[in-house]
Amino acid sequence: MYIYEHPILGKINKSPKVTIYINGRPHEGYLGEPVASALWAAGVRAYKLTKRFHEPRGPFCFIGRCTDCEVEIDGIPRVKACVTPVKEGMSIRVPDL
Amino acid sequence: MSYTCEERDLVVIGAGPAGLCAALEAVSHKCDPLVLDENHRGGGQLLKQVHKFFGSHHHGAGKRGFQIGEELVEKCEEKQVEIRLNSLAAAFFQDGSILVRDPKKIYLLKSKATIIATGAVEKPLAFPGWTLPGVMGAGGAQTLMNVHRVLPGRRIAMVGSGNVGLIVAYQLVQAGASIACIIEVDDKVKGYQVHRDKLRKLGIKILLRHRVVRAEGDDCVRAVLVEDMQTGRVFRYKVDGICLAVGMSPLVELPLMRGCELEYNLRLGGWVVRHDENMRTSCPNVYVAGDVSGVEEASIAMEEGRLAGISACVDLGLIAKGKAQNKRKEILERLRELRAISGKEVGEDQRSSEERNLTV
Ligand SMILES: Cc1cc2nc3c(=O)[nH]c(=O)nc-3n(C[C@H](O)[C@H](O)[C@H](O)COP(=O)(O)OP(=O)(O)OC[C@H]3O[C@@H](n4cnc5c(N)ncnc54)[C@H](O)[C@@H]3O)c2cc1C
Repeated sequence: MYIYEHPILGKINKSPKVTIYINGRPHEGYLGEPVASALWAAGVRAYKLTKRFHEPRGPFCFIGRCTDCEVEIDGIPRVKACVTPVKEGMSIRVPDL
Repeated sequence: MSYTCEERDLVVIGAGPAGLCAALEAVSHKCDPLVLDENHRGGGQLLKQVHKFFGSHHHGAGKRGFQIGEELVEKCEEKQVEIRLNSLAAAFFQDGSILVRDPKKIYLLKSKATIIATGAVEKPLAFPGWTLPGVMGAGGAQTLMNVHRVLPGRRIAMVGSGNVGLIVAYQLVQAGASIACIIEVDDKVKGYQVHRDKLRKLGIKILLRHRVVRAEGDDCVRAVLVEDMQTGRVFRYKVDGICLAVGMSPLVELPLMRGCELEYNLRLGGWVVRHDENMRTSCPNVYVAGDVSGVEEASIAMEEGRLAGISACVDLGLIAKGKAQNKRKEILERLRELRAISGKEVGEDQRSSEERNLTV
């Protein structure tokens, strides 16, 4: 959920809206925002499953350190979603839970 | 494989308050610094601080954090300081060269002097369920809501009652979330009185002598179990987010790689880079400033940046020692004042929570 109105920051003042595809379904995102925030806004919580135990993981640090937010973007696996900017038509794959 | 190598007099790693002030100090002595930051904007942690800072006029008291950050970036632009964004310092070798990665290339920098101002990273806290999506660093949540304008959750439990915990809890409410509780292992609130009072007005509970037992949920957090450590009773709060505000650790990888000595100081965040009063590390021509030299505050980071800038310029032969001495004296005096204020408010007892978190 985007915060459209904020008592101190005012109206949302983001870049143009674009369409991204999450597991093939279209969603809105803002050009240049991190993929991680667009996914969170779209309601995605589990960004990846761990290899051995298949436990869900989601963003923790939001500054590119913890690697919990890795997703598949345009066919490339394990891309850190919090430091990758959104582009028009991007295709993102996350676990289908 | 060989990389192109660029030579510079002074490289500053990190464009937070410490790094930007170091660069501004250096240009004022006719040095031409290069600032690197892996983020796409300068300002560091300040970018997400929507609350008003206090302290003295000299440190931008009364202004909101992000405004202080923007002003520092503008000043750097005015003075034509070169800031390279999206540029990660990936390695700092013992021969003094720095490996940089930006979206297009990887290259080496060789500098005569290097100021490391990389800040700190939030500490995690392990409890069953802590890896569930929805458990995040309080600073991470703050970036998500204040910079990217996405709500981290609708109902959130905050772990830790230090300034970060209190401020982020308040900002979550401003952004439209509600706070289920603030959980603190110690028997007193850790943060400043002003922040505590704001939360009290909102009727938010701070549970003292309580600890997280576990987080529940399958695909993401659905609830948190909290134990009253005096009675042993356990309470369950339905939440969709748990924010951890249990301290920060200095980002010491680069100085460590370079060979700088570290020292352990729990009050300052754990392993910090050993440095003298003028921010010189144990390696010649390598300096630190800000949270990487010990987690404190933005105003302190700014003064430390200035000190590091002066030291680098002295060692590069750009300032006479006598002139440097006078400037340093003023800065050290302001640092003493700042530390006296924050020491009175939190001081040594920040430590006891961390020690208890380690033992419970
Ligand atoms: C919730 C919260 C509230 C706060 N409130 C206050 C307050 O009211 N008053 C106050 O004085 N202070 C406050 N602070 C503290 C203050 O924000 C920090 O102490 C200050 O930002 C530290 O400055 P710094 O320059 O050392 O690091 P940072 O601001 O963290 O900047 C470090 C920079 O280095 C960059 N970087 C890191 N590693 C690399 C690398 N390898 N290569 C390239 N770049 C890199 C980062 O991208 C970042 O931009 C608060 C902090 C938090 C989290």
